[in-house]
Amino acid sequence: MAKFTKITSTAVPLAIQNIDTDQVIPARFLKATNREGFGENLFRDWRFNKNGLVNHDFILNNKNYCGEILIAGSNFGCGSSREHAAWAVHDYGFKVVISSFFADIFKGNALNNGILPVQISEEFLQILLKTTKEKPQTILSVDLENQTLTLEETGLSEKFDIDPYKKLCFQNGYDDIDYLISIKDKIEAYETTNR
Amino acid sequence: MGKTLFDKVWDSHSVTTIENGPHVLYIDKHLIHEVTSPQAFKELENRGIALFRPKQIVATADHNTPTKNQHLPIKDLQSRNQLEQLAKNCTKNNIELYGLGHKYNGIIHVIAPELGMTQPGMTIVCGDSHTSTHGAFGSIAFGIGTSQVAQVFASQSLILERPKTMRVSVNGKLAKGVLAKDVILYIIAKLGTNSGTGYFIEYAGNVFEDMTMESRMTVCNMSIEMGARGGMIAPDKTTFDYIKGRKFAPKGDAFTKKVTYWKSLKTDSDAIFDASYEFDASDIEPMITYGTNPGMGIKITEKIPSEESESLEKSLKYMGFKKGTSLINQPINYVFIGSCTNSRIEDFRIAANYIKGKQKAKNVNALIVPGSQLVAKQIVEEGLQTVFEEAGFELRQPGCSACLAMNDDKIPEGEYCVSTSNRNFEGRQGQGARTLLASPLVAASVAISGKIIDITKNF
Ligand code: SF4
Repeated sequence: MAKFTKITSTAVPLAIQNIDTDQVIPARFLKATNREGFGENLFRDWRFNKNGLVNHDFILNNKNYCGEILIAGSNFGCGSSREHAAWAVHDYGFKVVISSFFADIFKGNALNNGILPVQISEEFLQILLKTTKEKPQTILSVDLENQTLTLEETGLSEKFDIDPYKKLCFQNGYDDIDYLISIKDKIEAYETTNR
Repeated sequence: MGKTLFDKVWDSHSVTTIENGPHVLYIDKHLIHEVTSPQAFKELENRGIALFRPKQIVATADHNTPTKNQHLPIKDLQSRNQLEQLAKNCTKNNIELYGLGHKYNGIIHVIAPELGMTQPGMTIVCGDSHTSTHGAFGSIAFGIGTSQVAQVFASQSLILERPKTMRVSVNGKLAKGVLAKDVILYIIAKLGTNSGTGYFIEYAGNVFEDMTMESRMTVCNMSIEMGARGGMIAPDKTTFDYIKGRKFAPKGDAFTKKVTYWKSLKTDSDAIFDASYEFDASDIEPMITYGTNPGMGIKITEKIPSEESESLEKSLKYMGFKKGTSLINQPINYVFIGSCTNSRIEDFRIAANYIKGKQKAKNVNALIVPGSQLVAKQIVEEGLQTVFEEAGFELRQPGCSACLAMNDDKIPEGEYCVSTSNRNFEGRQGQGARTLLASPLVAASVAISGKIIDITKNF
């Protein structure tokens, strides 16, 4: 996993609630056996209509909106546990997803793939969605050390939570497998007494 | 202070706690399938790590598999490749595989319980969100992502934040024709699709106590549709009787000893839940969904809500429905009875019992997909196959099938499907397909009538 400290970028506002992982990446694209290439099909059925034509009404198809940050309506990533959703988000180029609420499994999957899920208040979310929609060049900065998300232009800022252990993982670029392997003796001891 | 059922199982699996941080939880059983495992195997290979406890893993092929001509090579090359990779990975790592054609093959959440692998007090994970199904036995069971699949491969453990606990009680008497599926659709409609996020749910009350294991699994299966990682029901005599004698169940003295332990897996009377809800069984009626998430459900006799809401409008536009209207008499061309929610023998008995002696409506394509080879066998043995076939239903071979339409079993664009599965998301059953979730009984009645009817009038 790459190290993560601070990201300053424009953002793509996706003002839809309850985006489930079937929308993030439809099941018919889950047949690959590697992790790469899913970005191409991110939000596939919203980006393209059935005959493969680009849906110009969808914000990801509007060149004015781009950046490493995705802002989404509340309860992002509900539904299926498919990690392909996180891979697709990452592969497309997003490093941060902002929402007022994340579904559990998506949040975990994001954290395991170097995507920072930033959970903020519904109020701040609405401000961000509106500002970035109106002014696509709006810059946001995500500071992991201080756990703040800031609208650069106005300085409007909000703190976000992250598990201290996960924060350390992000800052140092290591992951759960590294940690679990390092405590193998404890796991074996557990097995001896409990199984 | 007393402990909840969840606390008891969690605490007995805690390996250690990271300072100021999450817990390391030991995993007893790891279930895998073809779609969410290949990248995890690769991850371990890339890091040069061997699988830690392959004997605690069981594999099946279910998501991608065809439900016709399973003895022939799979036509879809990508699907075939996924199954081949799974077989290779299992052979290489000494993992038991119940692949396509095996007498135990089927949907992972159907086969593990029916083979007696799922037992009370266990921790069970699978790269699939409906792993919550196994909580019906009083185990902590939840879906994980592929990175976590790799973690369990490497260490048989997971790093997790301890979830909060919620109790959902339903007491009273269910009306005739109200099934487990209606109970859970009702609860989700009442509480909402993200009400359970961060929680593990315990279902309590006489309604769940009186349910069969099949019905309890239907309830726990859909816990994730409230956002909860899992749902549990305290094990009791129904649970023990179900497990006894199954292939992987403990035998003889070992079984008796286990039962003594399993009996201790009950929430203490002075335990405190972080959240608690209570419902009255007599308020529940046969349910149906009208929108594009499982929380958008109504009693079949109710009208679609008419509040001002952007997400409601977006959903209704997709579904082609209007606010404030009734779904009764809505024509339906597709019916799917299957998926890990409702593809156990009980579900097919209920459907067959309704269908017997009737004919499906001409406009309807009715698909019956058993959850496993064992269920398929039982369908034949109990004579249900004849009932289905005489009524014009199509009985297929086991698999996930039209639940997520990764194989050929897709609902065409714009068509309505009354489905016993668990998700009505946009495109879930095929691009542009419109899904209405319901019980096997409602689904059967729709197949016969060719439209949604008020099934409550039949009782
Ligand atoms: S039947 Fe549907 S919900 Fe169940 S495991 Fe298969 S795809 Fe998932």
